[in-house]
Order: sequence, then C-alpha cells, then structure tokens
Amino acid sequence: MATPEDTSQDKAPGGAQRGRNGVLMYLAGLFFAVVLTLASFWAADAQSVWQPGIPVLLAALAIGQMGVHVVFFFHISSGPGDTNNFLALAFGIFVVGLVVFGSMLIMSNLNANMLPMDRLMEMQR
Amino acid sequence: MSLVDALTEPTERSRDDTPISERGPAPVHIVVAFGFWLFLLSDIVLFSALFAAYAVLSGQTAGGPIGPQLFDRTNVLIETGCLLLSSFTCGLCTLSIEARNRLATYISAAVTFALGVAFLAFELTEFGRMVAQGAGPTRSAFLSAFFTLVGTHGLHVAFGLGWLIVMMAQVATLGFRPMVVRRLLCFCLFWHALDIVWIGVFTIVYLGAH
Repeated sequence: MATPEDTSQDKAPGGAQRGRNGVLMYLAGLFFAVVLTLASFWAADAQSVWQPGIPVLLAALAIGQMGVHVVFFFHISSGPGDTNNFLALAFGIFVVGLVVFGSMLIMSNLNANMLPMDRLMEMQR
Repeated sequence: MSLVDALTEPTERSRDDTPISERGPAPVHIVVAFGFWLFLLSDIVLFSALFAAYAVLSGQTAGGPIGPQLFDRTNVLIETGCLLLSSFTCGLCTLSIEARNRLATYISAAVTFALGVAFLAFELTEFGRMVAQGAGPTRSAFLSAFFTLVGTHGLHVAFGLGWLIVMMAQVATLGFRPMVVRRLLCFCLFWHALDIVWIGVFTIVYLGAH
C-alpha cells in the first residue's frame, strides 16, 4: 500500500533526524552556537579589534549564529525536499530586512531633515 | 524524453517515480510543520518591527540612563547560556519524540522547562532592578522600546513554558498519537525560533549598547 509518505519528497522543518546522527547534529549546533556566543561577548569590548569595526563584527557573528541555528536545529537546507521551507525563509528574511533597514533609513532621513527645535517654536508663534 | 522528464530533475522524483502531478497532497505532518514554519517567520517579522523601533529610539534617552549604565553583561551571558542549552535539550526532546521514548521525552522536556524558568527569572530580576532604579518603561523612548522588545520575547518564553506543560499533560494522557506528536514538534520549532530571536536581542540590545 502506498502511504502518502512514499509519494512525497517534502521535508518538515526540524524533522527527519533520527538516532545517533540526530544527537550529533544537535551537539554540533550547540558547539558552534557556544563558540559564536562567546566570540560575540568577547568582541563587544575587545581592545585588540579596530573599534569602528566592532558593530560589523558583532553583526557577522550574530548572522552566523542564526545560520547555525537554522541548519543544525531547524534542519533547513537548500536540498530539493526543502524548497518550500527555504523559499519561505528567504521571503521572511527579505521582509525582515525591508522593515528594519527601511525604518532606520526613513527615520534617519526624517531626523536629518527636521527643523531644529527653536526654529519650530518660532514658526508656531 | 517526455516533457515531465525534462522538467523534473532525477533527485525530485520519488522512489516509485510517480510524476509530481500524481503525487497528491503532502502528508498532514508536513503540511502542519510547513504552516507552523510560516507562522514562526511571521512572528519573526513582528519582532523585526520591534527591533526597528529599538534601533530608531535607542539614542532617545530624554536625559535618563543609557544602556551601558543599566545592562549587566554577566547576567546576559547567563541568560543566553540558559536559553541556548534549553534549545539543545529541546532538540534532544525532538529526538525522544521521534523515537517514541516517553521517559526521555519527559526528562528532556523537564530540563528545557527548568532552563526556560531560569531564563525568565534572570530577566524578571533585571527588569525589577531597572524599575527600582527609576529606569522603567515610562522613563524614556529608549526604555519604552527596550521593555517592549525584551518583554515581548519574555512573554513568548512564558507562553512557551505554558505550552510545554500542556504538551506533557497530553503525552501523559493521550500518548504519542499522531496529533500529539505534530503538536510536540511544533512546540520544538517554536522554542528554537525564540532562541534565534534572542541572538538578535543580545547582539543589538546588550552588546551593541554604547
């Protein structure tokens, strides 16, 4: 009898990791995440790093750790069974980028073009 | 070579070579997990709006305390450790569920729960200390954004803890029937997603404070 599983190649996020291989996957994820977390906390007030570069370093470490979580904890890959999950993730990242960077861009532009407070008071008189 | 063969790569063919048009709908556990994955992504979009608000308002302290005066890095490192370890034990819980091992499920879920409670305890202690210092959410736009962002994450964690208790009650009373297993796996995904959001919180809010 053909069950639905036999005819589908789709994978569920977070699923299909069994046995020792599965434990190794989570252990590897934990190891990479711990290393990246400690690196972030070290980098935040490191004296040996070029100071203006620290935010970029922190962002790179955070994005790397999010990638570790997606791969080792969510088991999302770019493989054929994961197409739907991967496309949804790509769209999610796109919207997040749009919201965060769009807001920051618009608000800093508004801030830069705003009248100084004393001029604003003058106009209201 | 037929058109279907030309359009379908060999890796996309199933074992019995059913064409994609004849495979029928995906099994329920795939559809449920995909739907929950979409919910998690939309939840992360919600957090992105709070992150954007925090990024815009983090400098607006209205003469009040600034981030580095309020945040304790050691505290944040312990919170991060709790949440990361709980994400790991939640992964072990996923494996126990897939192996239908009831005892291992209970143990890993209990450890996950305890670490989640520890995380919340550290966070609430920090909130209480800040409010006692006169740095509550009403002090400045920076603190409003801080409490909204970190508080929303904490609420998600608290909700997850309640959900975990309900799921353990369902395992105890209903056993590993397919419906319960699907819900358990959705919970595990939810817990991993909270850890991903926390990476953003500790990087942008706590380590990025200047």
